[in-house]
Amino acid sequence: MNEKLLDIEDLRVSFHIPEGVARAVDGVSFNLAPGETIGLVGESGCGKSVTSLSILGLIPSPPGKIECGSIRFNGQNLLDLDSESLRKIRGRDISMIFQEPMTSLNPVLPIGRQVAEPLMIHQGLNRAKAYEKAADWLNHVKIPAAAKRLKDYPHQLSGGMRQRVMIAMAMVCGPKLLIADEPTTALDVTIQAQILSLMIRLKEELEMSLLLITHDLGVVAQMASRVVVMYAGQIVEEAGVADVFDHPFHPYTQGLLKSIPRTVRAGERIKRLNEIQGTVPPLTQMIVGCKFADRCPHRFELCREKQPTLLRINDGHRARCWLKEHPERRRGNV
Amino acid sequence: MSDGPLLNIVDLVKHFPLGGGVLAKPQGWVKAVDGVSFEVSRGESFGLVGESGCGKTTLGRLILRLIQPTDGRIEFEEQNIFSLSPAELMPLRRRMQIIFQDPYSSLDPRMKVDAIITEPLRAIQRLTRQQRQDTAAELLEKVGLQKADLDKYPHEFSGGQRQRIGIARSLCVRPELIVADEPVSALDVSIQAQVINLMRDLKDEFNLAYVFISHDLSVVEHICDRIAVMYLGTIIELATTEDFSNTPRHPYTQALLQAVPLPDPHRRTEPFAMEGDVPNPIDPPTGCSFHPRCPYKFDRCSIEKPPLVEATANHLVACWLNQGLGMTNVE
Repeated sequence: MNEKLLDIEDLRVSFHIPEGVARAVDGVSFNLAPGETIGLVGESGCGKSVTSLSILGLIPSPPGKIECGSIRFNGQNLLDLDSESLRKIRGRDISMIFQEPMTSLNPVLPIGRQVAEPLMIHQGLNRAKAYEKAADWLNHVKIPAAAKRLKDYPHQLSGGMRQRVMIAMAMVCGPKLLIADEPTTALDVTIQAQILSLMIRLKEELEMSLLLITHDLGVVAQMASRVVVMYAGQIVEEAGVADVFDHPFHPYTQGLLKSIPRTVRAGERIKRLNEIQGTVPPLTQMIVGCKFADRCPHRFELCREKQPTLLRINDGHRARCWLKEHPERRRGNV
Repeated sequence: MSDGPLLNIVDLVKHFPLGGGVLAKPQGWVKAVDGVSFEVSRGESFGLVGESGCGKTTLGRLILRLIQPTDGRIEFEEQNIFSLSPAELMPLRRRMQIIFQDPYSSLDPRMKVDAIITEPLRAIQRLTRQQRQDTAAELLEKVGLQKADLDKYPHEFSGGQRQRIGIARSLCVRPELIVADEPVSALDVSIQAQVINLMRDLKDEFNLAYVFISHDLSVVEHICDRIAVMYLGTIIELATTEDFSNTPRHPYTQALLQAVPLPDPHRRTEPFAMEGDVPNPIDPPTGCSFHPRCPYKFDRCSIEKPPLVEATANHLVACWLNQGLGMTNVE
């Protein structure tokens, strides 16, 4: 068995916009084993969605352009495939769930048709068989009276129900990899809990890998086995989920963890949240040195001069920070 | 200045007609706010939480009299704001302000920052250019921006900076009450922390009262002194933040708190998945509106609506389980 289901190496994606060249993804490498869940975390504009869209060949071009790198899925480089071959993989081996279920479902087609479509295309099922299986799946994702709802249109469903339909659509062909881009961000918290437990259950049943893209550290802590933290188009830290939360190395990861307000149930109440000073630099800006240096409380001369690579902290834990080689520069109490 | 509460909301009701037209009768009513009462003291931060469609935003707009209620009253320092004429309302308007959720749509893209920030004040009195610049500059510094930003347009700022401009605008008339409708939900985590800290500091500095509307329990717990939980237009629990977090009494509040994913990989809990969706507010369930989703429901719940009563000191709950039946805090 192939140890890496998905292997992304040195992916660089840029967008040519009037303001210049925006390097949305700037040398991203990581891999995903079969059955593994990776949480891809970061704030808006850090490149997490562009990374995931590149996997499925969904970068709008122009203005987007994949400059270099490789995305190997089961050993095959997806970037070398023509659109016809890629279409055979999309929806069958790799599926995706998007954030906003209303805009990602087709409003003029009944949901049954939308769930059955991948079955007719990829598995060559006839209409009746495909609809039957679609009803089974809608039932499986706990849509009440699924068989009767096949003819419903997306606007007749609530947000949570629509997201369930999206999930059913993504799952019908039994994909090996599911990419979920902020799957619960648009949902209310009780509905989010329902969708997350549904995803956990289906992932175990189908033994698929999950690439979970989110900005919500709570969701990551509950779902992921490994975490990749992105900042300004680059990976700044990668580690097992326990390491990231217990021993974050990069000042950005540390700052993020300290800046989330926690409910009393989640831990002790902090009077004042930690702030990460400043804002994310524009992607069009060329930065010599570390991209986080402007906002980093520990920065020193080297950080401005030379960009750190991802340095090994310990087994399976990497961080893009010079503090690894100059631990004496880390300041206490910040 | 009186000793009473700053804001006193009594039996407030807002029903929106459904369909209908100039001549046609409405086909039904959406009971967005359906009998809500609470008080907010000076300098208090009052949190309003609930899921989409629970009526929290409608309630916020009523407090500022941006819309008219169907019934009930809101007293601002013992004056019913709905019985005032527009001229009488004007002096009250400067004492209550709002911060909106979306920092992109709430700032006029064609106005410069100094004009945006001083607009509430200019509605009340004439300002010379110099006065305008000075006032705006002072406020900008208060919210952590610079004087040099005065001549810029909104598009030159990031989301977090725009929200700071929105906050500066609301502070311009030195209000005593600010209704903040999801002020940080459009912001990234690190920026959200900056804005939350800023709002805390300003509250202390100006002795502001907030009505803080949010769906994010962690944010509300962090910033508020008291919290009310809304479900389908009514308040189902109202308590101090302390009690809300440690001893939630209503099954819905318990479910809400359980549903927040903990940012701790060592405490993985099967997300407590409460079945079902929020019911349609056009056709709410009989009795307690939460009963179709409630794991502890019994006969009475579907027949009679539980009133909001004090379960312990200053802890109000609308649930039959808490009405002297001795069954509380079900795990």
